[in-house]
Amino acid sequence: MELLEQISFNLQNGLDDVVAALTKDAIEKRIPPGEILSDGLIAGMSIVGEKFKNHDIFLPDVLLAARAMNGAMEMLKPLLIKEGIPIRGKVVIGSVKDDLHDIGKNLVAILIKGAGFEVIDLGNDVPAEKFISAAKEENAHVIGMSALLTTTMPVMKKVVDLAKDEGLYGKIRIIVGGAPVSKEYALEIGADAYSYDGANAVETVESFFPVNN
Amino acid sequence: MRPVFRLLSDELIERIISQARDILCDLGMEIHNDGVLSMLSDHGASVDSEKMHVYFTADIIDKALETAPDSVKLFDVMGRQTHDLTDHNVYFTPGSAAINILDPLSGEIRKPLTADYVEYAKLVSRLDNIASQSTAFIPSDVHEKISDSYRLFLSLLYCEKPVVTGAFTIDAFNVMKDLQLAVRGSADALKEKPLTIFSCCPTAPLKWSDVTSQNLVDCAKHFIPVEYISMPLSGFMAPVTLVGSLVQHTAETLSGVVLSQLTQPGTPIIYGGSPAAFDIRFETTPMGAVETQMMDCAYNEIGKYLNLPTQAYIALSDAKKLDAQAGLETSMGATLAALAGINNISGPGMLDFESCQSLEKLVVDNEICGMTLRLARGIEPKEDFPAIPIFEELLREKHLLIANHTRKHLRDEHYFPGRVIDRANSSRWEEEGSLTIGDRAKSEIARLQGEYEPSGLSGDILAEMTRLMRAEAARFGMARLPHEDL
Repeated sequence: MELLEQISFNLQNGLDDVVAALTKDAIEKRIPPGEILSDGLIAGMSIVGEKFKNHDIFLPDVLLAARAMNGAMEMLKPLLIKEGIPIRGKVVIGSVKDDLHDIGKNLVAILIKGAGFEVIDLGNDVPAEKFISAAKEENAHVIGMSALLTTTMPVMKKVVDLAKDEGLYGKIRIIVGGAPVSKEYALEIGADAYSYDGANAVETVESFFPVNN
Repeated sequence: MRPVFRLLSDELIERIISQARDILCDLGMEIHNDGVLSMLSDHGASVDSEKMHVYFTADIIDKALETAPDSVKLFDVMGRQTHDLTDHNVYFTPGSAAINILDPLSGEIRKPLTADYVEYAKLVSRLDNIASQSTAFIPSDVHEKISDSYRLFLSLLYCEKPVVTGAFTIDAFNVMKDLQLAVRGSADALKEKPLTIFSCCPTAPLKWSDVTSQNLVDCAKHFIPVEYISMPLSGFMAPVTLVGSLVQHTAETLSGVVLSQLTQPGTPIIYGGSPAAFDIRFETTPMGAVETQMMDCAYNEIGKYLNLPTQAYIALSDAKKLDAQAGLETSMGATLAALAGINNISGPGMLDFESCQSLEKLVVDNEICGMTLRLARGIEPKEDFPAIPIFEELLREKHLLIANHTRKHLRDEHYFPGRVIDRANSSRWEEEGSLTIGDRAKSEIARLQGEYEPSGLSGDILAEMTRLMRAEAARFGMARLPHEDL
């Protein structure tokens, strides 16, 4: 099996040590880091995502693959930056102000990170202004917001409105989720997308960044 | 602790058995089979040949109960053990011998054809929670005299699981036995590794027909397991009280035990039945009635008291479609049966008082079976004590999704149903087409049939079975078997 295929295969099986060793090997063999990322790691994660959606594997398997992905990314990131290869995309994520629920948001953050995106997790109880300032500072591509309470949902609209005021709207993608949130609500407040679970959030974020980008 | 549901006290069981024995000895039974009557006479029973009536003795009942084995093992066509019918082990088998099927595409109830049977057998081969096949319905495109043997033949051809079946005539037993000998290779091998269970039904009240009693005898001669299917109908062909019906069921079933064990001491037998409440409003025998299910669980307790493996027709429904009634009656029956420890639970797929099989219902019921099998395993500690380390890990890691403890126990501790059970959040459910359980069942049938793998039986054995079946069909003027044209 070719080295990048081996990375993909072992990543699918959640073997973080093996993936790390193989990634190191690939770097030493001067395989371009962009190729290691796309043809090894992301290729593996795509299969994991597909299998998860089909119920062939379960969430723990996805998270183990994500952990292997993260380990390899730590090694690749400096090289990608050095070569000027854009990382897959940067996502600022958080539970909105006055909402202390972060279980769903944490899961989404783990899965998005596991798919090879850089994730800036702002935690919970995050004010609208903080989402905007963090997105600007980090040059983020996506803002992800979660709410579990109907009373805290209006913060999502506030973030969209602030993005408009700051001229970010349309440049930065805004994705929302959480139990009381719906596709209709997302459209109503002007967010780009709504996701109903973690795997769906990964798919949605991926749809913003074609792999060959 | 394995959860166990009980309805009868030991004291009540003893009284029921004692009264049933009195009935067999004092009132006797009608048996329309000279050979069986003379065998009983040889063992000391008093026989009135003219009236075909026999009075049992305490001695032959005791003798039969002594030699009856407390476990029946089954093996698939490849010789692998699949069942140990004993204690509180439970296994599901599809409801059997329906005269109709619910067409999965048109939704109409119609007579089944060979093509339907083949689809059924292929589907059962892929259902994890259905341990055996049954000859679930009767193909209408062959001569009626081979409709029993032909369905067994198709089952053995297309699916490896052991088969719950039965013969409609005395003659048919021969080819049904020969088909099994072809699979196993010899009479000894078949005795060693039983492949089928034959259902044999007494007639209520207190009668055995020529055919069914002869089937019992023939099975015993070849060590083929039988299950007795006594069918008291409470308030109609049996006392209206559940205890009264149980007395009748016990008498009829004990008589079957005697017939089998006198023919061949030690032959495998199963304490089964299909009693029913009789609904005097509709003149029907509801299998979904709670009283029917209570009688099933109760006679199973009597069978266990006698150290015999048990069977019941429970986990089925009287509904005509795959609807809410189908789900509720099947779930209630399956749950009670699993908790009662009925060893061979017959019923999945069945609608309309045991007369209509539905493949859609079968894939749904497969999930009901999966859930009840999980329930029957109960709650046991698994590396849960001391508890502090796992909670330390939880507080440290914030979740346990990839903890070793989770990965080790997830799939064993939790049953994950297949795609017919909807557990998506509503947005995902809508995105995937807002499918009903019927829609999901249809696509699941297609998916599972797509995964079908042919039987591993050798070409020689398959050819020999086909030769036997062709010869049997030829006796009734059929030159060709319909499955050959599929």
